[in-house]
Amino acid sequence: MSQTITIASVYEALEHVMDPEIPVLSVIDLGMITGVDLGEGEVHVKMIPTFAACPAVSYIQQRIKTVLEQELGIAVTVTVDKEAHWQSNRMTSAAKEKLQHFGIAPPQVLAGEMHAEILLAVPCPHCGSKETYLRSPFGSTLCRAIHFCKSCGQVFEQFKPLE
Amino acid sequence: MSYNAALTDLIIKMADDELIQGHRNSEWTGLGPVMEEDIAFSSMAQDKIGHAWALYRILHENLEGKDPDTFAFHRPEKDFKCSHLVEMPNEEYGFSLMRHFLFDHAEAIRYESLLDSSFEPFRILSKKVKGELKYHTLHANAWITQLSQAGEDSYQRMQAALNNTVALAAGIFEASPEYEDTLVTERVYPGEAILYQRWLDRIYPILVKASLNLPDPKTITPAYGGRQGIHTPYLQPLLKEMGEVFNLDAEASW
Ligand SMILES: [Zn+2]
Repeated sequence: MSQTITIASVYEALEHVMDPEIPVLSVIDLGMITGVDLGEGEVHVKMIPTFAACPAVSYIQQRIKTVLEQELGIAVTVTVDKEAHWQSNRMTSAAKEKLQHFGIAPPQVLAGEMHAEILLAVPCPHCGSKETYLRSPFGSTLCRAIHFCKSCGQVFEQFKPLE
Repeated sequence: MSYNAALTDLIIKMADDELIQGHRNSEWTGLGPVMEEDIAFSSMAQDKIGHAWALYRILHENLEGKDPDTFAFHRPEKDFKCSHLVEMPNEEYGFSLMRHFLFDHAEAIRYESLLDSSFEPFRILSKKVKGELKYHTLHANAWITQLSQAGEDSYQRMQAALNNTVALAAGIFEASPEYEDTLVTERVYPGEAILYQRWLDRIYPILVKASLNLPDPKTITPAYGGRQGIHTPYLQPLLKEMGEVFNLDAEASW
């Protein structure tokens, strides 16, 4: 392929790499990409996992490589950025909206440290009510908590805030 | 004593605690009293084992240690430096919960103290771990409070669990006679005595809220020995089992 590869085209391609646990969100939406470098005949992408022990990290790394190599026709290396660490504030507001539509409550914006009270009265993604309580800080994946909505009587998950 | 040897000793202690506690947590998978607790203990197990791996990796990359796999699973028992607290089998749910509460607050205190360590890998790791640990302590606090208020029988059981576990937990803070001075002087961390005090100050108000009585610290004889490679009879069988069935995928995510 003879197209010119720019940083912008790499980021555009990255928007097509979706998270395996939340398929409506891309690695860009989640704020997992910390850097892109254009080298001689190759692209280097640096990324960070959301919750550190996330079992999907190596899968996501592989997906980034495969998708980018296909779309850009250039060799791609993907490494985990050890200096950076993921915080839920890295998630874009567009991403939070997509999460909400997907039926998962988005993380609240953290100003400073996480504290227990922030997990109370999380708006229900089904009916919008704030009459909710935390049932468990651990959900079906490491990044989710389980809440219960008293208004519509449904259990829902939240993408947890992480400082 | 050399700085690197002192650092290595501290990292092994922390990592082995995480590995063994993680494994004990994972034993609740499929057996928790309710589904949500099953999930909670499995999630926490995943986190702990991830932390252990991150620490083994620091040993490997910064201190010329063996690769994490080899190091985690191919050591004789006496080379493990975990505390007796994490070695104990899960018997009653009350015990496991109390251990989780006491251990996770100790871990939180330790990582908070590493945020301004002179050793850079500790600073990077503690920033990451600290946020996750909040969910562990949040979970522990909620259950301790709830079960202590769930009737007389439940309250008595929680108080008994605390009485039986506190000396074991105090054993987390066993300082190394050879290395402690170096670690403190080099500002790697504030030292076990200070962490112990901070831990007592942290758990006390939560226990008070749950109407549980923390035994007078003067009467507590910490269960030491683990940091010197002297273990309870419960460790050896666990190591054997881990070596056989352990899911090595844990490594991939770090
Ligand atoms: Zn609702």
